[in-house]
Amino acid sequence: MKNHQEKIRNSLKKRHARERRFRLYGLLSVSVSILFLLLLLTDIVSKGLPAFTETRIKLDITLDPQQLGLGDHPDRDALFHANYSRLITETLKKMFPDAKTRKQRRDLKQLVSKSAAYDLRDAVLANPSLLGTTQSFWFLAKDDVDQYMKGRIDRTLPESQRRLKDYQLAWIDRLLAENRLEKRFNKTFFTASDSREPEQAGIRGAFVGSVLTLLVTLALSFPIGVLAAIYLEEFAPQNNRWVDLIEVNINNLAAVPSIVFGLLGLAVFIGFFGVPRSAPLAGGLVLTLMTLPTIIITSRAVIKAVPQSIREAALALGASKTQVAFGHVLPLALPGILTGTIIGMAQALGETAPLLLIGMVAFVADVPHGIFDPSTALPVQIFLWADSPERAFVERTSAAIIVLLTFLIAMNGLAVFMRKKYEKKW
Amino acid sequence: MDTLPLVLTVGLLALAGFFAGKHKARLASTQVRSHSRPHYHGYLVALWTLIPALLVVMVWSFASESVITRLVVAELPARIQQMPASEKSLFTNEFKNLANEIDVKKHIPTEAIKSSDSTAVAYQAAQRYIQLTRLSQQLKAAVTLSLAALLIWFTLHRVQPQLKARNSVETIIKGLMIVSASIAILTTVGIVFSVLFEALAFFRHVPPGEFLFGTHWSPQTAIRADQVGGSGSFGAIPLLTGTLLISAIALVVAVPLGLFSAIYLAEYASPGIRTVAKPVMEVLAGIPTVVYGFFAALTVAPFIRETAESFGISASSESALAAGLVMGIMIIPFVSSLSDDVISAVPAILRDGSYALGATKSETIRKVVIPAALPGIVGGVLLAASRAIGETMIVVMAAGLAAKLTLNPLDSVTTITTQIVTLLTGDQAFDSPKTLAAFALGLGLFVVTLTLNILSLHVVRKYREQYE
Repeated sequence: MKNHQEKIRNSLKKRHARERRFRLYGLLSVSVSILFLLLLLTDIVSKGLPAFTETRIKLDITLDPQQLGLGDHPDRDALFHANYSRLITETLKKMFPDAKTRKQRRDLKQLVSKSAAYDLRDAVLANPSLLGTTQSFWFLAKDDVDQYMKGRIDRTLPESQRRLKDYQLAWIDRLLAENRLEKRFNKTFFTASDSREPEQAGIRGAFVGSVLTLLVTLALSFPIGVLAAIYLEEFAPQNNRWVDLIEVNINNLAAVPSIVFGLLGLAVFIGFFGVPRSAPLAGGLVLTLMTLPTIIITSRAVIKAVPQSIREAALALGASKTQVAFGHVLPLALPGILTGTIIGMAQALGETAPLLLIGMVAFVADVPHGIFDPSTALPVQIFLWADSPERAFVERTSAAIIVLLTFLIAMNGLAVFMRKKYEKKW
Repeated sequence: MDTLPLVLTVGLLALAGFFAGKHKARLASTQVRSHSRPHYHGYLVALWTLIPALLVVMVWSFASESVITRLVVAELPARIQQMPASEKSLFTNEFKNLANEIDVKKHIPTEAIKSSDSTAVAYQAAQRYIQLTRLSQQLKAAVTLSLAALLIWFTLHRVQPQLKARNSVETIIKGLMIVSASIAILTTVGIVFSVLFEALAFFRHVPPGEFLFGTHWSPQTAIRADQVGGSGSFGAIPLLTGTLLISAIALVVAVPLGLFSAIYLAEYASPGIRTVAKPVMEVLAGIPTVVYGFFAALTVAPFIRETAESFGISASSESALAAGLVMGIMIIPFVSSLSDDVISAVPAILRDGSYALGATKSETIRKVVIPAALPGIVGGVLLAASRAIGETMIVVMAAGLAAKLTLNPLDSVTTITTQIVTLLTGDQAFDSPKTLAAFALGLGLFVVTLTLNILSLHVVRKYREQYE
């Protein structure tokens, strides 16, 4: 008897230890998952934050009309086509006469971005009286200078292993000593579109493309989704083959890989219907088909939750079935439906793969003006930049991800807020 | 008039029709009692204007481009008419691009007109194309607007007290609802047909046996017939093993983590922890996959390579491990939330019975709750597997392009989805075997994921019937 008790006491210790271990595994799993999330976010934020500043270089430029190749009374066209980049090069040469070899002179030009010439041109076009005077301009610095200013280029490395050579570092040191280098808030990132030069690249074009694509998606998927959900909940006959087929299809479409929708868009919308390639219209159509199942499924759940008594009361007062559905059920279900729609839109905003297949992956340096213009989208821009080898693009990719995540958080936050505010317990 | 302003004008016309109809019905109902209330007459006028006019705009927009192209091609000199179809389509693309350049950028390539003969012809064709496009736009606007005006006039004419406007409006709305709901079926049909037809066209070039069982994948086909060395081989086995390898790594990460998280959250965690941890874990599923791809390619892959090298093992910078690991993180919530649901759905009686026999909590979970919830958990894992197989961005960014037949997780492999994207993002002729191969892969992907989804739904549903 005592032997048995001994045995049980011993095994109990083991069993309790096992219990604690099991519990620990659970806690560890949750922590590891959350840790991954934090790791991902901190990695991206730490990589992306520097992209929100840019480096500018101050140059004192004498706008000599002769050097620009201009006559006495240049017209607008002449001002537009004058050689501004030579003026900047000459100014730099005068500042740094030690640049002797051909390579050094080329590197000297590389201190400021190519956009400097356009900035100068725009300044002269806006105010031609500047000609003949000497002005200070803060030009955008080239990405290598910018990376050095952000501490991404280690000057203790041997010269052959760095992007900037000793003489280039000496120039930067001199510019720093003369207070000609400054880090500012990176407005270019928000006002410019894609560019081959990292320091000139921004997300405006991609952002507008995303907005246009989402507008098409919303304009199509919301009405279609709501009408479909109302039909399936309020009107659809029971045990009807067609209705059963619709339900099976909606459930299956919700789990079809997104890239298959891209194939559909390529073959049907672009190949068959002739929708322009790379256009937000094509993207919106594909994303509509992808978000419809989400919107229909959530809307149906909300419509189902509206109590039967409300329908019966309206019917008793002589309302038709359509009047009940659109005048009584829909208004009560609308907040929930909107919540589901916002979540669907957030999914659509982050979707990339189908857009690659319908050609929204092209290099587009213009801001799209309408839903028929070639454009890209924010996640696609992230994909494109992630492929670029320049260090400065890594930074910009992360910054674009931060912008994208901010929008997703805002949209999901809005959905949660609406759910809390309008949630009804019948 | 452009399409967008045209649609807006039609909308405004319909709005005007609504007010006119409502007004007329209200006036008419002062003498006689009307069957329907005035605004239903307004809706009827608006719907009868809007729907036909928009249908005309849609059909016209979709049909016009191919019609105009055919017209322009028909006018080309005989020399080009006699060219083989592929060259003809190249020429068609050339003048369309030229037209686009002239039309959009207002840039007239003067040097092109003077240069070679064929460019001059293309330039003329482009001019003709632009001319016809403009004509078509004007005609479209004229036809649509006059149709809309005619319809408004006609339907306003019909507004009478005895007209059953409400019933007509409700019939139209019901029709719209049925059409909306049927779009789900149309989508499936569209998917099946688009991938099936292109895949069948592909199998005319490459026999299905070679595609399904071939072990060599190199889709580089020769552009010209006389080129050497690029016949292209389409054996899908390396892609399949690559996809399965990465998905397996993902599941090895996601299933234990997801399952244990679900168990902890459902059985152990206090309500406070549960309300915080559950939505935080769901965030993992809401992060765009392109973000995971970036994380995998730029942070995880270099880390794995360096770690492996410090142990003296060589690892590819595009290792399957990096892509699989990150994909595993992504699908944790798919496993955990479904498992959480089914674990919570296990009736308390079963647990109480187990406790009454003296079992500890973990013993109850392992011996009673998990077996009872197993079908649901399997369903969740199947769904997660389907996600992993169909996932695109992570593998496009972090996995390789070389189709290697290997099971080494440190080596670089390629997947079905990666190949679909690479085959379709370059400039390709639409009917080359290379492009068609992407659709054949898509068909395979669709069939596999669909099977997994149906299987998982079936398993989950069958389990639910037991307890509810």
